[in-house]
Amino acid sequence: MAKTLTQEFTKGLWEEIAPFRLVLGLCPVLGVTTTIENGIGMGLATTFVLVFSNILIASLRNIIPSKVRIACFIIIIATFVVVTELLMQAFAYTLFLKLGVFIPLIVVNCIVLGRAEAFASKNDLLPSIADGLGIGIGFTLSLAALGAVRELFGANNLTIWTTPNSVIGIQEVFGTNFEPFTFMVQAPGAFVCLGLMLCLMNLMGSK
Amino acid sequence: MGYMEIIIGGIFVNNILLAQFLGNCPFLGTSKKMETAVGMAMAVVFVLVLAGVITWVLYAFFLVPYKLVYMRTIAFILVIASLVQFVEMFLKKSIPALYAGLGIFLPLITTNCAVFGACILNVDKELNFMKTLVQSFAYAVGFGLALILFAGVRERIILARVPKPLQDTSIGLVTAGILSLTFYAFKGMI
Repeated sequence: MAKTLTQEFTKGLWEEIAPFRLVLGLCPVLGVTTTIENGIGMGLATTFVLVFSNILIASLRNIIPSKVRIACFIIIIATFVVVTELLMQAFAYTLFLKLGVFIPLIVVNCIVLGRAEAFASKNDLLPSIADGLGIGIGFTLSLAALGAVRELFGANNLTIWTTPNSVIGIQEVFGTNFEPFTFMVQAPGAFVCLGLMLCLMNLMGSK
Repeated sequence: MGYMEIIIGGIFVNNILLAQFLGNCPFLGTSKKMETAVGMAMAVVFVLVLAGVITWVLYAFFLVPYKLVYMRTIAFILVIASLVQFVEMFLKKSIPALYAGLGIFLPLITTNCAVFGACILNVDKELNFMKTLVQSFAYAVGFGLALILFAGVRERIILARVPKPLQDTSIGLVTAGILSLTFYAFKGMI
């Protein structure tokens, strides 16, 4: 084993942070990040699917015939997506409604299938869990970061979590006189904001 | 909702790439050259219309009557994956010229969120059969239009001097934002 478990875990947090370094799975990155809450929710749902599909694929990797492996991976991933969908309907229904079509779309998220093919199908159970967790948390963090920037400038709020009765987070960060920059929370702002964040990552990475 | 509204809405107002953010991986991946963009756009039109119709039939005549709606994610992805395989085999055998053009893009479509997302959106909106057909076609044409426009812009960007950290994907995303802004102007039409 070339890398330790910790290294497998931490590489997903910076070196191979999914949306920025690999530019994969951009649909949810752009689609749901109008608030931090949506970003975190989406990220955690994806992490759940990533970890459990990695576990199953890593344990079955010697049984799955290599010719039909992609089809098998997709079925395993789809199963866990359905589990996530049902769990979210039961325990986080408002969030489920907000994320809408993007929850079933985890099935076709290139990151999940990419990790299954590139990592879990070739490695043991424990490194696969570490890899899934690392990539998943890295994905969650990037979604939350993008959500934070867009929500801060676009709506003047920072909402971490909403319960039916209260909102955890800061409202009107820049005071009531600040006119929200609504461009940021709408579709074009997502592309521009992600592009600029990628530029920032490139700047920091080239040091 | 009339057919005209569905067509204009699907192509311009709710453009699947620029307003709904579905299918962004191929959007950034295949837009560096006009040739690949045209190939991808054609493959998507072909598969999206077929997949839209087939998943609708599956949903209306199988999943709903047998109360299996919660299984739709698995059912749809299986249908799309096998459809893509089938289309690939069929084209290889009977229309080799088209296969040579679309060939390498077909397998990529299985994991194209635009196809899967459009199928889910169609059944979520509870459209009837004809409307599903028209809506799928409109989404697919919108995808193709945005992809080809974007590829045209990107071919010109190569000639420009872009600051180093902004190069490639980064400037691509900013450009996509500006393109999305122009599509945003259609919002008032419906």
